[in-house]
Amino acid sequence: MIKNLFKFPGGVHVSQFKDLSIHEKVEPAKLPSKLVLPLHQHIGAAAEPCVEIGELVLKGQKIASANGYVSAPIHAPTSGTIEDIGDYPIAHPSGMSAPCIVIKPDGDDKWIELESHASDYSSIDPSHLRNIIRRAGIVGLGGAGFPTYIKHNPGPDGSVDTLIINGSECEPYITCDDSLMRDRPDEIVCGIRIIKHALNAKHVVVAIEDNKPEAFQAIKKALADFDDESIEAVQIPTIYPAGSEKQLIYTVTGKEVPQNSLPINISIVCQNIGTTAAVYRAINHGEPLISRYVTVTGDIHQPKNLEVLFGTPINELVDQCGGVKGSVRRLIIGGPMMGFAMHQLNLPVIKTTNCVLIDAKESKAFKTRDFAMPCIRCGSCAEACPAGLIPQQLYWYSKSQEFDKAQDYNLYDCIECGCCDYVCPSKIPLVQYYRFAKAEIWKRELEMQKSNTARQRHEFHQFRVEREKAEKAEKHRQKKAALQAKENANKDDIKTGKEADPKKAAILAAMERAKAKKAEPKNTDNLTEAQKKLIAEIDAKRAKQRNAASQAKPTNEDSKDSNNS
Amino acid sequence: MTIPHKKAPNKTLQIRPSPHISGGASVEKIMANVILALMPTVLFAIYLFGLAALVTILIGTFSCLLTEYLFCKANGKPSSISDNSIIITGVLYSLTLPPGLPLWMVCIGGIIAVLLGKLLFGGLGYNLFNPALVGRAFLQAAFPSAMTTWYPAMNADRFTSLPLSTLTFPFTTPSYDTISSATPLAAMKFDQILTDSSDLFLGLSSGSLGETSSLLILTGGIYLIARRMMRWQIPAGIFITVVIISTITHNISPNTYPSAQFMLFSGGLMLGAMFMATDMVASPITAKGCFIYGLLIGVLVMIIRLWGGMPEGVMYAILFANAVSPHIDRWTQPRPYGYRKTKS
Repeated sequence: MIKNLFKFPGGVHVSQFKDLSIHEKVEPAKLPSKLVLPLHQHIGAAAEPCVEIGELVLKGQKIASANGYVSAPIHAPTSGTIEDIGDYPIAHPSGMSAPCIVIKPDGDDKWIELESHASDYSSIDPSHLRNIIRRAGIVGLGGAGFPTYIKHNPGPDGSVDTLIINGSECEPYITCDDSLMRDRPDEIVCGIRIIKHALNAKHVVVAIEDNKPEAFQAIKKALADFDDESIEAVQIPTIYPAGSEKQLIYTVTGKEVPQNSLPINISIVCQNIGTTAAVYRAINHGEPLISRYVTVTGDIHQPKNLEVLFGTPINELVDQCGGVKGSVRRLIIGGPMMGFAMHQLNLPVIKTTNCVLIDAKESKAFKTRDFAMPCIRCGSCAEACPAGLIPQQLYWYSKSQEFDKAQDYNLYDCIECGCCDYVCPSKIPLVQYYRFAKAEIWKRELEMQKSNTARQRHEFHQFRVEREKAEKAEKHRQKKAALQAKENANKDDIKTGKEADPKKAAILAAMERAKAKKAEPKNTDNLTEAQKKLIAEIDAKRAKQRNAASQAKPTNEDSKDSNNS
Repeated sequence: MTIPHKKAPNKTLQIRPSPHISGGASVEKIMANVILALMPTVLFAIYLFGLAALVTILIGTFSCLLTEYLFCKANGKPSSISDNSIIITGVLYSLTLPPGLPLWMVCIGGIIAVLLGKLLFGGLGYNLFNPALVGRAFLQAAFPSAMTTWYPAMNADRFTSLPLSTLTFPFTTPSYDTISSATPLAAMKFDQILTDSSDLFLGLSSGSLGETSSLLILTGGIYLIARRMMRWQIPAGIFITVVIISTITHNISPNTYPSAQFMLFSGGLMLGAMFMATDMVASPITAKGCFIYGLLIGVLVMIIRLWGGMPEGVMYAILFANAVSPHIDRWTQPRPYGYRKTKS
């Protein structure tokens, strides 16, 4: 049982605006004329299409298969024809297009034959459960989109300590998880029990922020139906970013995920509320992940939650919600704290799209100031930082591009939650500076790797050229010495006044040469001063090359080998 | 001949980095609140010293404003006086001056404060030292006698006439018409005359314009702390050390060393602790750092006050601590999430 909660440092109290979009019943979004399904809707490798243009597909049919371990398949959200496979604009911060499968719905919405696995999940082996979840294309619906089945591996211990179900939904405006908990508490609880079984979890905590009392009561009621004391729902204080995985773990357990580590390493797994419902539908009904709850809110006439098929264009959702109040200035995918702005409305909803936030020109709810004041070192950012960093110093060093120092101040522990930015009285786009610094550090590291490789190659090339030159010189010298010996022999012949018998003389000379060679095991004896100097020079050069090569990369096998040769 | 139309640029929605909302006060608002918090002290100074205080504060503030305005203009930069920070510098600087200080000295000090204390470091946010104190420190060095000549408070004709010295012609030596009175600290240090602590607390004594009423300064400071626009750790650190050190020394030798109450409420300590040391730019960032910084100021103040050649040491104590504050930040980095030492 959870006896007390822990308060993570920092955090901010943000105006909620959640009442805008929370209504009694969630309606399904209208079937659009076209569904555009990006192949990359999750963390990991993009899926690979397994259908062809013109093919008829049924609802729930796999249209793209997972590509590797960290990947997820994609299923047709409705029945229809594959119209195109190609690049379309997608909701990605880069604003670039990406490969998509386009389905033209036929309007029948006909399901493929579903294979219901079991009403009793506990009889299914956990590894088989994971496979079903994997085949259903389920990824974390909280926003990151990490393939869920990977997280359902309890690790070497065979069990985990605590499974935390994240129903905190701490970002302002977003209410999709809230609605889901109100609408389908039984499905969620079933999903939780399935995940608990898959993970062999000892405790399960459903953490819900205390600004969602209805959702909390609904979950509590659904939990009461099963008499399972190891699963409990708790209300956590409403403070942003309470729903961030690391902060939530601290709030519930008082444990910190060590740096560069994962929750599983301290025997904790976090799952989003939406994911649990998706797991339930996959196990009990055999349905793959083809839709989700999406909050459509902001400056629109009827903000609400919709159950949206993946691939539905955002502008059709906005139209269904009564359109924009005034003219659109900004479209934000996700919440106002961590969501990203997109340049147009005609973008498809994907697995990780939890919120569509519209900002109209007429509104003043969102940041509009274009310039920043100088930092006055007020320290508000350090007070607000939930990661225990000094954002002001990170900003300082990011701005002056002193990236080493920024890393000394733990730049990479920044979770980009935006708290510092939110409270900054100078309105400095702090998070953007950190993104810039992180990207720049990555870039420099890549460049350094590249130039290191290039330098090694160049050095080895030079070494080889030198070596060949030296070998050539050596050969030349040998030849010259041989010639000399021959001439000497000839001279001797002339001196001794023997009659010139060319054949005999040649044999004699050859014998003498052989003798000379035997007596001279090394060709380095009897050298002139100049020659010795040359050899010493070459040796020195070689040694230098060798040193340089071994310094550049001590483990470089190639250069070692060639040194020996 | 028709000119072909240029293809209209693709009009897109606005792209901004997250977060898209912001909360909390703006710089201007924080600065305006600090000015508001200073107002009781300003008004009380005018009540105590009359026209002399009024013109000193007006001229002091105006000289600072004008310096910043002209500097920005000369450098082709947008004027930065709208952020209100320069008004704080001007008012604070004026409050550190003795009433009746010749106005030409007030002007020179103001220019030095803004130019050397702030603008040459890069303007708002970049100054290493509190600009107001830089100005005062300069005057203290340049015009020591004018800076230590005090008018008594509550003169009968204070609202009708200016002291003679105020309007001294520039670059001439001022002459004084009234018998100057010593500040409580000087009286204590040089003549062993102890001023009553309650008089000190209420401010009915001589001193610089803003060094008088601890009560009003505290009120302003508490207002800012309540609005979370001031780090309470700094005054707390100063008060704690001052109280501890003065209690010890007072108990050792009650005649030479004054009591803790006297030390707290006399001289510039209250104004310094509440409004000078808490200058956000020149003080540390972390809460722990602010407290250490406060402790350091307290120790330095006490050393100068008890054993120094001058009766007052708040100004130098703060300036020295300003220089140390970047280092204090480095020493007091918080432990980031996930860096907990594992118990094994």
